[in-house]
Order: sequence, then structure tokens, then C-alpha cells
Amino acid sequence: MIAIEARKLGFMYAGSSSWVLKDIDLEIYEREFVLLAGRSGCGKSTLLRCFNGLIPYFYEGELEGEVKVYGLDTRNHPPYILSQYAGMVFQNPDNQLFALTVEADIAFALENLSLPRDEIRERVDWALKVMGIEDLRDKSPNELSGGQKQKVAIASILAMKPKIIILDEPTSSLDPASAKQLIDTIAELNYKLGITIIIAEHRLDMLLPYVNRLIVMNDGRIVFQGNPRDILEKYDVMPYGVPVPRVVRVAQQLKKTLSGSTISRIPLTVDELVQDIRRWRSGK
Amino acid sequence: MIIFENVEYTYPNGFKALSSINLEIKDGELVALMGENGAGKTTLLKHLNGLLKPSSGRVIVNGVDTRHATVASLSRDVGIVFQNAEDMFFSPTVWEEISFALHNFGYQEEVIKKRVGWALKFMELEDYRDKSPFLLSGGEKKRLALAIVLAWSPKIVALDEPTVGQDVLQKEKMIQIIRQANQQGKTIIISSHDVEFIADLQPRIILMSKGKIIKDGYAEEVLTDLSLLKECRLIPPQMVSLTYELGFLGIKPHLGQPEDIALEIIRRLR
Repeated sequence: MIAIEARKLGFMYAGSSSWVLKDIDLEIYEREFVLLAGRSGCGKSTLLRCFNGLIPYFYEGELEGEVKVYGLDTRNHPPYILSQYAGMVFQNPDNQLFALTVEADIAFALENLSLPRDEIRERVDWALKVMGIEDLRDKSPNELSGGQKQKVAIASILAMKPKIIILDEPTSSLDPASAKQLIDTIAELNYKLGITIIIAEHRLDMLLPYVNRLIVMNDGRIVFQGNPRDILEKYDVMPYGVPVPRVVRVAQQLKKTLSGSTISRIPLTVDELVQDIRRWRSGK
Repeated sequence: MIIFENVEYTYPNGFKALSSINLEIKDGELVALMGENGAGKTTLLKHLNGLLKPSSGRVIVNGVDTRHATVASLSRDVGIVFQNAEDMFFSPTVWEEISFALHNFGYQEEVIKKRVGWALKFMELEDYRDKSPFLLSGGEKKRLALAIVLAWSPKIVALDEPTVGQDVLQKEKMIQIIRQANQQGKTIIISSHDVEFIADLQPRIILMSKGKIIKDGYAEEVLTDLSLLKECRLIPPQMVSLTYELGFLGIKPHLGQPEDIALEIIRRLR
């Protein structure tokens, strides 16, 4: 089932004279884990904003083509409808949290949907549990670390039970251990709960093991998309500002120097490369 | 020369951000402060130009005790580029933004022109001289913030998380700029938890955790110490993780460029 569909999508922000998105054609299916990569300013954030109605409802500008979220055209379905399908998590969790307690923050959107009390309580409990932050329930968002705040922000989206969660560089201000934890939790939402994930991130080394589709953007267009292993094998994506993990570069050099069959696949993790080297060594 | 002597710092809300910091940084050094969020890296940087003064102990910058000097006078020697570059901006154009501090320091108009011109060129911002700083992209804003500081040529340049929000090509550029400024004799102090960036830069590393310095050593030594990195919520550079696993080939854990490590693997395999 198609979750998001974009046809001939273009966008230009009001007051600007250049198109930030150009001629984007894209289909994202249910349960996919999609990673958007590319240089700063290539249009990743703008594309994400088209997926939950922030464009055209919140950001003014010229929209061309169409975007459908579960068949709903984003031009005539406002964000409060679309947000029940696609929730969005931003770079800075401080912009998303405002209530006095974590629990109240997560319950806020549900109260606005006028859900029954019991259902709200149930969903808040569930979201806290899934994100592994039950101990933070009564805390003030202000006293949390960056990683904890980001988990609360995701929990408040999760409580809306969206089918799709969109994340725009959610780990950029986190230290590496917190970033890894957050990414592992996001991956669980995908493979345990079947939530479609669309994420823009620079930490490819942490994400690639989970991702089924890599989309590389440049200057408002999609230049490559597909299985990350295939893309890294076939194309040189470094000039597009994609931070190719260093193990991939080791493998590429090995391939170049040794005969092609030695390294049979492009490894996405250190473990994969080490396995390949062991196998090659014992088979020699 | 920068000296921290038994420095403690407690924020007005009672949070103790630094405790028993003893540190010496010589002229022309390249130093990275690493550690988890909240380890005290930014608090330490703010002591360099007197934005914060120690609750106890003292900080001496080029012979001056920061408790007895103003931020304005210390700033001649110490320029700090904060994480959120935009917070520094207020002028209508990039040119004016860079020249502002120079006017305040009382430089002659001729000198100002020369220096602003040099900074724009060095940071590749010449095309933007008449543009509003607020209309620049994230990467350009970071470069402008650095241009502002470099223009008044402080002996010490501190950079707070220079790679946050930067793409991989901008990071490479940042490495070149930092190396160049360091080669020109400037002391560079960077706070960062970007291990791959620091692995490429290979500075002296001061590892912080919970307000304390827990290790002070060179990149190779610090970044290959897995238990120490874990304590600071850092993840080892990928090449360190890889070489750790390649003990069966007789390869020792170390830093290095991927291409070099590949050649090393081939040598061992043959």
C-alpha cells in the first residue's frame, strides 16, 4: 500500500525566486524505512514538510504537482487531519515541548482530538512504554537531557498513532551514544510496530543497517534512490555530500586493489566487513 | 598561554558545571574538548574570555587573571565562535557584521578594509558581502561567525561544536580552515562530540565527563581507549572499531584513513 505519493512536485518559498524542489516523483510504501541524504540546503527539509501538510498550510509559497498521504491530497487536507497519518519530529525538541510535565506534553494533542479520557491515558502509557521513558512521566521537559527530550517529542507524536513518522535531523545536537540509542528506538518503531519512517540524517553509519531505501538529493532533485547497498556500490555519492561510512570506503579500496570477487558485497557495518575478510581469509 | 588552576564553576541555579579543572594550553596548540552533552565543554570555553568567571580557582590567559579583566579587553586575544552562529549577528550586511568588532577595537579604516577583505576571501564569502547575514545558509552562517572572529586576529580561537548542522563537505572545509589558522600560529580550542571529525583533525584531546577532566592526551591514545570513550558517551571512530576487530590479522587498534587501512589489510592478507 502506498503511504506517500508525490507527482511532479515543485516548491518555491514565498519571497524567493528559486525552486527548492524540482520535479520530484516519489512513492513511499507502508512499513518502509527511508533515509534522505544530501548537502545542507538540497531540499530535504522542504520535501519532508510537504509530507504532513506544513507545506502548503504553514509555509507559504508556490506549490506545483501534487502530494498524497494515504490518498489524501495535501492541498485540501489541513495538517490537523494529515497529522493523524504522518507525524513530524524536528531537529530541536525544545520547539516541540512546552507543557509542565512529560505526561501533559504527550497528552496535549490527544486532548485536542477530544478523545475519551481512558483512551488518552492508555495511549500516553503506551507511548511512554514504547519509547522506554516511563520513568520520565512526571518530570518537567526542561530538566531532561537532549536525548530524553527527543524521545518525549517522538512519544507525543507516537501517541497520535500515526502510520508514518517523519524526522528531520533528530540527532544533530545529541552526543553519539544518545544518537545511537535514539536511532535504535526509531528502528524498533519500524520493525516492531510497522510504522513507516522517513528520516533526514547525517549519521549514515548508525542508520544504514536499518534503512531499506536511500534517497540522495541534490539541488532540489532526487539524483539516486534505491537499496543503500546498491547505491553505494554503483555510485560515487560523496560529491553530493553523503557521508559515506568509512567501512564502505575501506571495502571500495579493497575491491579496487584485489580481484572483484574478494569482497562480494559492500558492507554497511564494521561487523559485515570483518565477516567478509574472515571468510576470504579462510577460503584462500 | 592559558592556565586553569583548580577551577570550579557553579551556575546561579546551583548546578555545578566544572570541578577541579587544572589545565595548561600553550601558544599555538590545537586542542579538542570532548565529552557528553552537559560535560562542561561550553562552560569551560566561556571562561576563556571572561564571559564566566570561576566560582573558585582562577583562569589566566596570556598572563591576565580573568577575574580582574573585562570581556572586551580579553576578547582581543580570545575569539569564541558559539554553536548557534546566528546569535552573534545583528548587522544589515555581511561586510558590516565583520567590520563591527574592528571599529570597536579602534582600527583605522584602511586596516579594517584590508582585514574584512581578507576574512571574506579566507572563508569564501566574497559573493555575500552585501547580503544580510540572516539570509545565509546554515553552513555559510558558521563560516561568517568564524570570519568575524578571525578578522580581528585573536591569538586564541575557540569553536563550540563547529560541525553541528554541517554536511560532510562543509566539515572537510572546516578542517582545512582550522589547520590553516593553526599553522598561522593561532591557538585553536574546539569543543565537539563529532568523533570522526576529531579523528581527522588529530588534536590534543581533553576528555571531560560530568564537569571533570578525565583524560588529557593525543588523539591516537584517547580515541583508541574504548572504555574511556564509553564513559563520556562517545562512540569510537569507525576505523578504530574496525582495527579492533582485525586483531586476527595482526593489526593493532589505531586511527587512520580508510584507504590506508584497506592497504594494510591487503598486505596482511597476502
